[in-house]
Formats: sequence, C-alpha cells, structure tokens
Amino acid sequence: MKVPENLKYTKDHEWLRVEGNEAYVGITDYAQGELGDIVYVEVETVGETIEKEESFGTIEAVKTVSDMFMPVSGEILEFNSKLEATPELINKDPFGDGWVIKIRLTNNAEVNELLTPAQYKEIIGA
Amino acid sequence: MKNTAFYDFHVAFGAKIIPFAGYNMPVQYEGINIEHETVRNKLGVFDVSHMGEFWVKGPKALDFIQKVTSNDASVLVNGKVQYSCFPNDKGGIVDDLLVYKVDDQTYLLVVNASNIEKDWEWCNKQNTMGATLYNASDEISQLAVQGPLALKAMQKLTDTPILDMEYYTFKKLTFAGVKDVIFATTGYTGSGGCEIYIANADAAKIWNAVFEAGKEFGIKPIGLAARDTLRLEMGFCLYGNDINDTTSPIEAGLGWITKFVANKDFINKPALLKQKTEGTTKKLVGFEMLDKGIPRHEYMIEDASGNIIGEVTSGTMAPSLKIAIGMCYVKTEFAKAGTEIFIKIRDKALKAKVVKFPFYKA
Repeated sequence: MKVPENLKYTKDHEWLRVEGNEAYVGITDYAQGELGDIVYVEVETVGETIEKEESFGTIEAVKTVSDMFMPVSGEILEFNSKLEATPELINKDPFGDGWVIKIRLTNNAEVNELLTPAQYKEIIGA
Repeated sequence: MKNTAFYDFHVAFGAKIIPFAGYNMPVQYEGINIEHETVRNKLGVFDVSHMGEFWVKGPKALDFIQKVTSNDASVLVNGKVQYSCFPNDKGGIVDDLLVYKVDDQTYLLVVNASNIEKDWEWCNKQNTMGATLYNASDEISQLAVQGPLALKAMQKLTDTPILDMEYYTFKKLTFAGVKDVIFATTGYTGSGGCEIYIANADAAKIWNAVFEAGKEFGIKPIGLAARDTLRLEMGFCLYGNDINDTTSPIEAGLGWITKFVANKDFINKPALLKQKTEGTTKKLVGFEMLDKGIPRHEYMIEDASGNIIGEVTSGTMAPSLKIAIGMCYVKTEFAKAGTEIFIKIRDKALKAKVVKFPFYKA
C-alpha cells in the first residue's frame, strides 16, 4: 500500500499535492484498491468554488458509486480529461496520472488541518 | 456468519471476503474485470456452496413439484435439469430455482442462498400430498466451473464422457476419485461449463483437483462480483433485484417457465393465466445507456416528458461489452426494443434504449 510522503490526506481517502496556490487532488492507493476496477469518473464542477468536505464529483467502480470530496476549499480549475476515456488510470497510478482535479486554494490554512502520511497510514492500518 | 468448506482457499487466494446470505463469501480476488474475462475466454471457478439444496423423494415427489413450481416438471427425463420458480399466492415469486430429475421418485431442488429458510418453510407448508422433503443445504458443497474451456479441463478428472453433454443435463459420476458426484452442465454466466455438487468432506480434494486440471488452461477463482456482471450481460434474473415476492413471473419475462398445461395445477395459476392472457401493466426489459452514465439498482426511469415510467432493478458497466447496461421494469407501452427511455442518474435524465436479451452474444 503506497502512501507517498509528499502528500496530505483525508479520512475519506483523498490526497492533496500543493504547488504554490494550486493543488492536485486524487484518491489514494488504498481507496482504489477497495473500490476495485474504476469504470467511470464524473466531474462537472470545473469553474465552481467548493467548500472543504463537499462533493466535487463521483467515481464509479463496476459495483459501486462513491462521491469524491474536496480535501480543502477551492476553485476547480481542471478535470483530468484522460480519465474520461481511461478511468482505470486511477487503479494503475492513483498518485500520478490518475489525479482527478486541479484546484486553486481559497483558504491555504486548511492544508495544515489535513492528515500527514503517518496519520493516514494509521487510519488504513498500513 | 457461516464459512463454506472452501473458505480457507479463498483466503489463501487473496479474496476480499464479504458477508452474503449468511456466509463469508469471496466477492473478488484479482479484480472484477479480469475475473469476468477469464470466464468469458477461458475458465473460472465459483464457490457456490451457499446455494440451498432440497431433496424431494417418494411417490408424491412429482405431484409436489408440479404444485409448487411454475414450469412443467412432468416433461423431465432422468438426468435433465429445468429452470423454474416458486410462485407465491399473491402474484409474486418466492424464489427461482433449478429442478433436477434423478428418477421418478427423486428430485433435487437448488434454491438461492438468501431464500433457503423462506423456501423451506414454504415448501413444507405446501406439501399437503406428503412428499418426502429433506434440506441438505448444510451438507452439500458446490463449485461452478464456467467458461468455454471448463468441460475440456474437467474431462481430465473423470472417465465418464462429459464433452457431449447437452446444456441443462447432469450425470452422477466418479470425479477426481470421488464417487457419486452430481455433475451438471448448468450455470449462471452464459459461457458454458458445469456445476459440481459434492459432500462437504470432499470439498478440499475436489478444489485442488479442479485447479490442477485447469492449470494448463489458465483457470482462476472468480468472486461474486464477476458472477453478477456475467449473469447481467446475459439478462439472467437475480432474485432480490429483478424478481421478488411482489413481481410476477409473467411481468419478469419468465412466461417461458410458467406452463399453463392441462395436467398441472400450480399455486396462483388462475391469476397468472389471467396476466398472460390480458397482459401486464409493466414488464422487465433490458436497456443500454446511450448517454454516459451507469445505471444502478433502484434508479428511477422517465419518459421524454419526465413522467416516471419505471425503475432499474440491476445495472452495471458490462466488462465484455464496454457499455453500461441494465434491467428494469417499465410500463408495458415502453417495453418494446428500440424505445428510448431516460434513467435518472444524480438528478439528470440520461438517455437509454430498450434492447432484447441477451446483451452479450458469444
């Protein structure tokens, strides 16, 4: 189970990679493993500003549907368009090519409230 | 929660285990898509020991079966299997099942795991003619070996010829050195293969022999999740999703297993005959998504004007077809193949069209 050291995490199994005022968001290796084969990712919130812990989209495995939640508040700048044709990128590379959205942070202080890799590892028992 | 006799094998093969119908069952091993494709292209093994088995014996065996099931069991010859259902007395279905005829006084009924207790109670209540009923569910283990290479691989384990067995037949044979194994060419995947009934004590021996025999063909264990996508691609009903205590066999498209013949009176026959003659207000049909989205159990269905016309009973992304498919009840006027319907997915009405079963054609 991979939990990269350079990321922040949520209890809902999203990760955040901060780059200045912007950040990439995806779901964790643990989450993709639990969901199984991802077959559809729907994000229709590009351009919207969404509060922390609110849903920004939906991810569907063969058997299940799950919401994806904002780790921090922000404006959705971009949806990873590769996921439209190849949602399985999330299974193959959840922390890299399988990123889901890019956001502009609207409250940088919230980043410090997120889980550290060590704290997240504890939650998933890794 | 009970374990089947194969539980340790599931754990050893890395299965994700979930509680299902009172048992700890493997929902997935390697991944649903690869498991699904293994069955479509090669062969895979399902532990279906959770299924229920009732023996019906004695001179009144056929009378009993003719009363409680919808299909005509009088046409069965020894060694033949028949798909059927138990109609209830309120227009619904108690369960769907397989009926195996061993001989004139010996039949085996195979029922759904989730319904074993309900079915057992129902059968005993209806057994006014005094057939001998025996619930062997806890004593029998069952493996389904499914896929185009299944019979070829299993032939290695028995001297009795099985390659030429017709669909929905069975033989009692010696298999992997175990005597009196019931070997049936039945299944729930649409990819051919067999279902093997054995005593719990022989389970480990049979599992090992099956995997050894199938090794050269690429055999893998398959979980319940792929079992569901495989059956859904065929349009096979799943009790609890597509049929239940309130849906009639006629509405569910099971008219072909509901036989209104002269020498057979069965539970609720007059009401079901009326439905068959006069038609029903809703029907179970299949549909393919035209817009992007995946239908799921209990999503509502609308017509083009936004009126509610039905409800999804099963839905998935179909691994072999790479499209989203589903089964649903719709008002009969929308049941014709080609009709456009709209599935409500997260507040959007997404376009789909009614299609004929099966979705997947080998």
